[in-house]
Amino acid sequence: MSEDSHIIQVRGLKNSFGEQIVHDGLDLDVRKGEILGVVGGSGTGKSVLMRSIIGLQIPDEGEITVFGESMIGRPEEEAKHVRRRWGILFQGGALFSTLTVAENVQVPIKEYFPRMDETLLDEIAAYKVVMSGLGPEAGPKYPSELSGGMRKRAGIARALALDPELMFLDEPTAGLDPIGAAAFDELIVQLRDALGLTVFLITHDLDTLYAICDRVAVLADHKVVAIGTIPELLALDHEWIQEYFRGPRGRAAATVDKRERARV
Amino acid sequence: MPDFTQSNEDGRSVLRFTGNLTLARIRKLTERLSEVKEDRPLVDLSGVDRMDTVGAWLIYKLKRDRRAEVVGESDEHRSLLDQVEKADQPVKVRPDSTPAFFRVVGQIGAGTAMAGRTLYGLLGFFGGLLVSLWNVTTHPRRFRINAVVTNFEHVGIHALPIIGLMSFLVGIVIAQQGAVQLRQFGAEIYTINLIGRSSVKELGLLMTAIMVAGRSGSAFAAQIGSMKLSEEVDAMRTIGVSPMEALVVPRVLATVLLMPVLGFYASILAIIGGAMFVWIDLGIPLVTFIQRTREVVPETDLWQMLIKAPVFGLIISMAGCFQGLQVEGNAESVGLRTTAAVVQAIFLVIVLDAFFAVFFTSIGWL
Repeated sequence: MSEDSHIIQVRGLKNSFGEQIVHDGLDLDVRKGEILGVVGGSGTGKSVLMRSIIGLQIPDEGEITVFGESMIGRPEEEAKHVRRRWGILFQGGALFSTLTVAENVQVPIKEYFPRMDETLLDEIAAYKVVMSGLGPEAGPKYPSELSGGMRKRAGIARALALDPELMFLDEPTAGLDPIGAAAFDELIVQLRDALGLTVFLITHDLDTLYAICDRVAVLADHKVVAIGTIPELLALDHEWIQEYFRGPRGRAAATVDKRERARV
Repeated sequence: MPDFTQSNEDGRSVLRFTGNLTLARIRKLTERLSEVKEDRPLVDLSGVDRMDTVGAWLIYKLKRDRRAEVVGESDEHRSLLDQVEKADQPVKVRPDSTPAFFRVVGQIGAGTAMAGRTLYGLLGFFGGLLVSLWNVTTHPRRFRINAVVTNFEHVGIHALPIIGLMSFLVGIVIAQQGAVQLRQFGAEIYTINLIGRSSVKELGLLMTAIMVAGRSGSAFAAQIGSMKLSEEVDAMRTIGVSPMEALVVPRVLATVLLMPVLGFYASILAIIGGAMFVWIDLGIPLVTFIQRTREVVPETDLWQMLIKAPVFGLIISMAGCFQGLQVEGNAESVGLRTTAAVVQAIFLVIVLDAFFAVFFTSIGWL
């Protein structure tokens, strides 16, 4: 793997809140075009890692490069160029509650391309809404009128607004019913294949891990203790990883996955 | 740079695209493409390097609206084109808008209905509050003393500096304006009457009520409103805790009990402010000021204030809690309800103050 094919590179990241150390000497590489799952127990700093990469959390120490450009201490104007190349889905969707779904999608486009033609803007919002798996009737609805799953899809539509190369998804399937979650998994793979996305995915959902992740990074003891495909991780002798994947829920997800693969 | 050339081959118009067909440069391209009028053009994508969904959308529109034939596309381009084609469905961006006339009529109607419902709701709310108060009195163990004390702190103690400063300045302003006018009649000494009576009877309490409505009434609405949004209020109800008892009663009690204290404090500070001004500007010594104030301010003025104060407190806290419980849907609603709480509280306080003034005059408390 050459250096350029790493879309995200984190070196020696250190984050702490007061006395509490979240990350200490964390390294992580995300390859171009992969879906990387990030797992870890509660409080191991998965969300903090994501927030550090996207610049919402200033780390104490360490180096973060995204698209080969250093992200720490960048002036806002320069960071903007990198920002328009990624899309983010927050846990609750984080839609702007006073705008309709379609207007939410238009916000990033208007921000970066203020002189965009109105009709084209409406057309773009329209096909993005449908692409994210929402029905056409969802366009003029306000976020408070949507269900949790629809809100996440609307969040994806907004994250896709600028045709990003990189997507950050924070627990996209949390709180969805199994059918909705499976559909969401499929949507992510579809979008990755169609648009050539790289996906940084925080999840607790073992089914999602088995179904769509190319590699999985495990956060524990303030750093990434292991990264690799699920079989590679299973071969490791780490207590938490073994418990995670070989626990009752992990086994169930693995069986289903094997059965499905056998069928295909 | 994305670009295209238009040529004519075998009587058919051919559009050859080159460069990156991406969102960043799409605006100019759209303008130029709108000038192409020919039907059934041949679209050649073999010179395109990168294409995103917006570029694909543009090409797809040529296909859909002009029945263009697309050639020379790579596999990636084709899959993108398929994706946007699949996603082409009529989607509305905003809810349908209605004509201005109907909208205005509708808004007036909705406003009237809303005002009626608010009044009705407030009445019901007052009833609910009395019931809860009765329940709390008969079951004293359900009384949340800690919540009341916390609200004492927020409504009362934290408000002392700002209310004190405001009243002090109001006292100075009354003294200064009064002195200027009364000097014309050589009746400067009556400035003391003006300061003493207006601050104790009206201004001290009224300004305090406005300040408390702005500080605490709005806070009540916003706190309860965001609790409503995050379903905390519903959670309470399902556990069996009455939101009325847990949220409303402590806030109302704290405000009702504190308003007289705050009003009295404000009056004293206003008198001190006035005294300072009179001492410095008119040269009336403090001892004289105090003596004269005791002579001219009747006890009934104080009673008037102490009777009005709890009523104002009740109105402010009820408006705040009531509006907070009306929050529904989104964050915008919290803002609207908070504003409504403050506006209603101040409006009702001033209306009631007028009634009180007429009433006290008619019973002879001049």
